[in-house]
Amino acid sequence: MHSVIASPADRRLSALIRHLEGSSNAMDSDTITASPASGFPGARNSVFEHVVRGPEDPILGVTVAYNKDSSPLKLNLGVGAYRTEEGKPLVLNVVRRAEQMLVNDSSRVKEYLPIVGLADFNKLSAKLILGADSPAIQDNRVTTVQCLSGTGSLRVGGEFLARHYHQRTIYIPLPTWGNHPKVFTLAGLSVKTYRYYDPVTRGLNFQGLLEDLGSAPSGAIVLLHACAHNPTGVDPTPQQWEQIRQLMRSKALLPFFDSAYQGFASGNLDADAHSIRLFVADGGECIVAQSYAKNMGLYGERVGALSIVCKSADVASRVESQLKLVIRPMYSNPPIHGASIVATILKDKNMFQEWTIELKAMADRIINMRQQLFDALSTRGTPGDWSHIIKQIGMFTFTGLNSEQVAFMTKEYHIYMTSDGRISMAGLSSRTVPHLADAIHAAVTRVV
Amino acid sequence: MSASSDHANSVFASVVQAPEDPILGVTVAYNKDPSPDKLNLGVGAYRTEEGKPLVLKVVRKAEQLLVNDPSRVKEYLPITGLADFNKLSAKLIFGADSLAIQENRVTTVQCLSGTGSLRVGAEFLARHYHQRTIYIPQPTWGNHPKVFTLAGLSVKTYRYYSPNTRGLDFQGLLEDLGSAPAGAIVLLHACAHNPTGVDPTSDQWEQIRQLMRSKGLLPFFDSAYQGFASGSLDADAASVRMFVADGGECLAAQSYAKNMGLYGERVGALSIICKTAEVASRVESQLKLVIRPMYSNPPIHGASIVATVLKDRDLYNEWTVELKAMADRIISMRKQLFDALQARGTPGDWSHILKQIGMFTFTGLNANQVAFMTKEYHIYMTSDGRISMAGLSSRTVPNLTEAIHAAVSSVA
Repeated sequence: MHSVIASPADRRLSALIRHLEGSSNAMDSDTITASPASGFPGARNSVFEHVVRGPEDPILGVTVAYNKDSSPLKLNLGVGAYRTEEGKPLVLNVVRRAEQMLVNDSSRVKEYLPIVGLADFNKLSAKLILGADSPAIQDNRVTTVQCLSGTGSLRVGGEFLARHYHQRTIYIPLPTWGNHPKVFTLAGLSVKTYRYYDPVTRGLNFQGLLEDLGSAPSGAIVLLHACAHNPTGVDPTPQQWEQIRQLMRSKALLPFFDSAYQGFASGNLDADAHSIRLFVADGGECIVAQSYAKNMGLYGERVGALSIVCKSADVASRVESQLKLVIRPMYSNPPIHGASIVATILKDKNMFQEWTIELKAMADRIINMRQQLFDALSTRGTPGDWSHIIKQIGMFTFTGLNSEQVAFMTKEYHIYMTSDGRISMAGLSSRTVPHLADAIHAAVTRVV
Repeated sequence: MSASSDHANSVFASVVQAPEDPILGVTVAYNKDPSPDKLNLGVGAYRTEEGKPLVLKVVRKAEQLLVNDPSRVKEYLPITGLADFNKLSAKLIFGADSLAIQENRVTTVQCLSGTGSLRVGAEFLARHYHQRTIYIPQPTWGNHPKVFTLAGLSVKTYRYYSPNTRGLDFQGLLEDLGSAPAGAIVLLHACAHNPTGVDPTSDQWEQIRQLMRSKGLLPFFDSAYQGFASGSLDADAASVRMFVADGGECLAAQSYAKNMGLYGERVGALSIICKTAEVASRVESQLKLVIRPMYSNPPIHGASIVATVLKDRDLYNEWTVELKAMADRIISMRKQLFDALQARGTPGDWSHILKQIGMFTFTGLNANQVAFMTKEYHIYMTSDGRISMAGLSSRTVPNLTEAIHAAVSSVA
């Protein structure tokens, strides 16, 4: 039996080499360059002299550029964090209340959580995503571990699969969140893509999706955005989800859901979990990464959960024990504060209700912005079909603007977005819609 | 569908039950024990004289300030974490007057406590450093080899603890580091070595420094007990500052779990001291590429508490007073245990209890004696004989003394 410790690390090392291809000769493990690492004051060379400057993260780099812009008209439609009508970040009232309760409770301490995190939080998170009446939960077939938001859940799940699953390829949709390929590659998986977005219809390339998943090797892992696909906002219909499910189960493809927008997309927590529950209901296995960054506005607190739905309670228990061996050498145990806020809200009937109302208000404001932008473009007679703005769902709209048009909008109108033409609707307000509509109009009429 | 066929159909059917973490497993076993006399000397978390966890007053104050400030939001931190926290952490470990800081040669990134800082630092080295072997002391914290291995480094050991003297095997250390390949990475416990409590003297540190620099060995400090070991923040950072003062490069993983009692908040920092500001800047950009695919950016709460305390003169002073009180209580427990064993006439030389420093004492008890003490006296510790002094109190010292006495008298 091969060493399960060494091979993922080796795979990770070769992945790192590919990840930074061509960027540094230091990756050549046969070469021990004669870098004098001596610390004597007389020595000149740094042992890190050859380290190349890494590129700015494309998504976060948008905010960096925005912050440098001195124009009063500037608009940040880059990173996906909710903004109010006044353009300000929002901490939910129910979150402030929960936090006050926690901090004012003098009996609370700051001891280490277990490696798997806060037990209440884990149970409540599983119920939230799978449904309180889920047979998988009742059968004890679900293991849930607290992780660092969506990213951390994906990375821990990816590392677990790289070590313990027989097929080390994961298929991700084209396009997908920019960080996905990096997370999975560093976890030790090999990344392939399946067709997803159709630029012609600005909708789902369902035929292409079915073909690509249909020709994937049996057992391959498939990343699915549970709802509000990032960056396109294009989701399969319930009927399409059912077809995807049947195809995947017939080929034993392992579903790995990324759920970052439950309740945030449609305003309804159950509707936004429909795709996942469809798969769980057929009794099969799957993996789910849950984030509370957006739907509870807990971005910086890094709150999330990884659930693995298994065939039996015994398997789930063994799987959990191995998840601990992934987490312990990464950061030992997860942070207590954000998960405590979530648990406080989810376990209290009144707070839960309050939360659903504040959540729906955020979702509704975004849907409202979609309508306003669509109407503004229609009014201006901007060339093209802009109906995708109201058909797409969630925080982002994939405008269909190309990178030259995007660059033009940044330069001439001080509007910041990622170069793929993705805009965060959460960053818009009634006040700024006209400015954006003008910029889009100018871009499509003057820049090809 | 029967359970066995369900099981057989699982794609994870072949996943083996992993062993319980040896350190955390002690607390698991302790929790299951119904005896009223049980004593948990396993995991290294501070306990008061009353045997309770402690949240520092200054931490509660800082937390109240933060949570009652309606202008505070919960936006993502940058990938490298809270800027204030990073600057203040570097000053804390390297000294406010550190030349390396003044020359901008230090990059500091917020990470998840000590473990996270070690993992991020090691992944960075596995990608960008020419030598992928790290030497760790024998023994060391149980999680060290796993962190480094999963980061992509190859792990070797150097002699450290001498069971005969229950002190430092300095000769062995010098020999092993002396025969390491040029450029190899060397893990150094900044103070209060875990699990032995045995630290080099200043003179020995200087010899270690000279040897390492002559061979271009790269120091990677694990600093989990600054201020907690001796009660003095500066004294506990002396080893790190000695290496920084010679102008050379090094890494330092800092944890606020113990010295600010922020265990579960996961607050720490990784600093890399480079030859130039320009190199430090490029190194920082590459650290971001390690962090982003791991968890994107670090948690805001704990780091905000630390920054609040470190940047306010009064809060900072209050903190040093509370920190010294914790360190003093532990030193007092050492004295009490030693005196009790003397009074009992327990066979053996127990002076190492006073000589060792920090949270842990490496008792020298073997695994059979440990098992005996757990079974007969309900005393829980890791099987290497490591006890957490922080878990003792004046009330429980007598029971521990009895147990040790019985173990060394009746178990070989």
